[in-house]
Amino acid sequence: MQATAAPRYPPVRQRAHWIDRLAHAALALTAIILIAFLAAPLLTILQQALQDKAGQFVWLDNFIDYAKTPALLESLWNSLWVSSAVTLITVPLAFGFAYALARSCMPCKALFRGITLIPLLAPSLLSAISLIYWFGNQGVLKGWMRGIGIEQIYGAPGIVVAECFAVLPHALMILLTALRLADARLYEAADAMGTRATRKFFTITLPGAKYGLISAALVTFTLVITDFGIPKVIGGSFNVLATDVFKLVIGQQDFAKGAVVAILLLAPAVLTFGVDNYVSRRQTAMLTARAVPYSPRPARKYDIAMTLYYSLVALLVLAMLGMAVFASFASFWPYNLAPSMRHYVLGLVDAEVGVGFVNSLKMSAGTALFGTALVFFSAYLLEKTKGMDGLRGLVRMLAMLPMAVPGLVLGLGYIFFFNAPGNPLNGLYHTLTLLTLCTIVHFYTTGHLTAVTALKSLDGEFEAVSASLKVPFFKTFWRVTLPICTPALIDIARYFFINAMTTISAVVFLYSPETKVASIAILNLEEAGEIGAAAAMAVLIGGASTLATLLFMALAWSVNRRTQAWKK
Amino acid sequence: MNHDTFLNLRHIHKEFGSFTALQDINLDIRKGEFICFLGPSGCGKTTLLRIIAGLDVQTAGEVHQAGRDISRLPPALRDYGIVFQSYALFPNLNVADNVAYGLVNRKTPKADIKKRVSELVKLVGLPGSEGIYPSQLSGGQQQRIALARALATSPGLLLLDEPLSALDALERVRLRQEIRTLQQKLGVTTIMVTHDQEEALSVADRIVVMNNGLIEQVGTPMEIYREPASPFVADFVGKVNVLPARVSGGELKFGALTLPCDGGDREVKVYLRPEDVLARPIADGDAHVFDATIEKIEFLGSFCHVHVASPAFNSHKLTVYLSLNFLSEQSLQIGSTLKLKLLPERIKVF
Repeated sequence: MQATAAPRYPPVRQRAHWIDRLAHAALALTAIILIAFLAAPLLTILQQALQDKAGQFVWLDNFIDYAKTPALLESLWNSLWVSSAVTLITVPLAFGFAYALARSCMPCKALFRGITLIPLLAPSLLSAISLIYWFGNQGVLKGWMRGIGIEQIYGAPGIVVAECFAVLPHALMILLTALRLADARLYEAADAMGTRATRKFFTITLPGAKYGLISAALVTFTLVITDFGIPKVIGGSFNVLATDVFKLVIGQQDFAKGAVVAILLLAPAVLTFGVDNYVSRRQTAMLTARAVPYSPRPARKYDIAMTLYYSLVALLVLAMLGMAVFASFASFWPYNLAPSMRHYVLGLVDAEVGVGFVNSLKMSAGTALFGTALVFFSAYLLEKTKGMDGLRGLVRMLAMLPMAVPGLVLGLGYIFFFNAPGNPLNGLYHTLTLLTLCTIVHFYTTGHLTAVTALKSLDGEFEAVSASLKVPFFKTFWRVTLPICTPALIDIARYFFINAMTTISAVVFLYSPETKVASIAILNLEEAGEIGAAAAMAVLIGGASTLATLLFMALAWSVNRRTQAWKK
Repeated sequence: MNHDTFLNLRHIHKEFGSFTALQDINLDIRKGEFICFLGPSGCGKTTLLRIIAGLDVQTAGEVHQAGRDISRLPPALRDYGIVFQSYALFPNLNVADNVAYGLVNRKTPKADIKKRVSELVKLVGLPGSEGIYPSQLSGGQQQRIALARALATSPGLLLLDEPLSALDALERVRLRQEIRTLQQKLGVTTIMVTHDQEEALSVADRIVVMNNGLIEQVGTPMEIYREPASPFVADFVGKVNVLPARVSGGELKFGALTLPCDGGDREVKVYLRPEDVLARPIADGDAHVFDATIEKIEFLGSFCHVHVASPAFNSHKLTVYLSLNFLSEQSLQIGSTLKLKLLPERIKVF
């Protein structure tokens, strides 16, 4: 039909209704926010990396200088091997876990799963603090450690062990999703042909979870290489990239080298993001709508083995967490272990670091409230309104970008950008507002994806129907979209709150003495040798996150009862 | 501009990138007409409907409704109600709130809204369903409510985008007749998009058959079926036998049969519907009678699709409809021979 050359008409453009213009203006506002608080800071890092101290453009000189500094290259090597080691230990361990949860009839699955996810509720460096109590200079099990030939926990051994505990829940969640996405019909077909269990594992299970494994490995590697808290607490004189950035920028004010290291940290994260994107597309394509979900059948010996395995690791996780809690209540470690509130009262309240905890609560509440509003409304504008396609593409890209940006890099960008004297937003520097905005941007993508998934599950024609009935989009948003999506909104708010409570990496560059948050206070206390108070603070954060989670769950329950009555 | 008609499409052209979805579509629709856009998937019928609704924008061309140029108006400034295949009912609102969705925005008094809603749910055959949520209704019931919602504001034009495709076969037949009855009662100009030819034939005043972004034919169901304007229409609407033939010297020759035919010498194809080949009545001396052998019988209940081969057509296969009674009366089975007569006036030559 295309054979006849169609005459070229000037394209017809629809007149925009004022209501559509409102949506366009809102979208433009979202774009401006994301440019100011994400794109611009990141570009400043690039700019810093290519400039000398006088602000002259020097091509790749800073990178070359970096490569000529042996101490820094050693950090690069340290970061790489430590991250690889943690990945090699954690991924198989988490795979075993996920396998036990998804493919066995182990009892108390919810409880076990809950235990392994607890570390998410506390700052990642909690495990480092616990390790110090177990194996540090005055550690309980120091002798055992010496027995297997490790001289001291400070340094690489401590980092590796603490990171394993910290990233385990992240790897577990990815692998659990991958293993749950199984088609029972494949196993039935294999059974019908009399296939042995090991062969089924290697020909069906493993290939099916392949993308999940790749994704879990990449995420683990990236989390470890960009983590700042654990190496800071238990690294001793063992330098890694993340601690280098901090020393270079805050200690030596060498912004150019700091920017170079930040770009090195960005590389694995961007790679992970790219591969993950590709992988998740393949993963969804694998499972067709006709797939029958797999449900495991009881097998006594196998289930018992799985339970024992899981119990062992769950016990280790509990020991890890429990030690910090126990130590935070110990009167005077290791001489007087009688429980007391000494670290909480003397170490936190009287030392006037308790204000950090209040700051944390404020920042987390702000992040949860404004973050959820921003994320959900911009996802709505992207998914459900029309027009301004160029801007739409830009906002969509910016919404995905934070996933590829480690917190440390984002925080560094914030210093470079907001601390610049010429920046009109300079007044925000060191304020709790900026800490909140930074945290929102840092954790934007996960919230965005949750919102998009919720919105995509709604009928795509709601807006068309509303327009035909002459009801403006914001009315439909209020009456239909928002009530249906409340469970997702609560999920997003909870995610923001907990991450804001526990985050360290981005905000470590941005606080002032007045706006110090709890997680930063832990670092300072530990540095000052107040490890008991540091443990107490970490426990407080964990407690607050747990309480918040319970509150959000209660909220979800009551909202469900009121707004989701229409569900069958 | 033609003012006798309610909706005019002028030179509508739509491109998606390098793909031409619609090419120079011209169509006039009269007030109160029930029009079906019929065609295979990807023919552009839904795109055309969405252009009329303003949900997609044509690359070029004009749309006029009730004498008003609406080509560039956003959906909210046009006058239509729309029903989608997916129902698109608001799941968190009950039936009354769904139906009243467009009324509430017009500042209609509450009592009037309530009255109008109960009138509408009665109209679509679900009286008293106001308090129920959509998920408690069957697919057909949900689509009835969607219809009531679309009609609530008394729009001048009703657009139905494959409204029956998601329903099971029985419900589909029932609801299409209800829609037709309702449309005739209200007199609302209606356009329904469908890929189901039976649906189009049974409800439409006129059918617009589309293929590859072009209109193949516009006509009443009978015209479309009996006088297809192109091989595509003959093939797409109803079953048809296609036989190779030749025109020479003012005669159409296919197999052993000869019919008068105008035009120059050329190779052609003969299109012949199964029901236009009869097994009875055949009298001695009738013209256009030939012998055929039964090769396959496809049993469909009261009548059968019988595949026959005839030396008269160089063993080309034909499908004919024979009643079950006839087959058993004559004890016909695979391999039997019988006499068949074709109706030359029904033959279409392309």
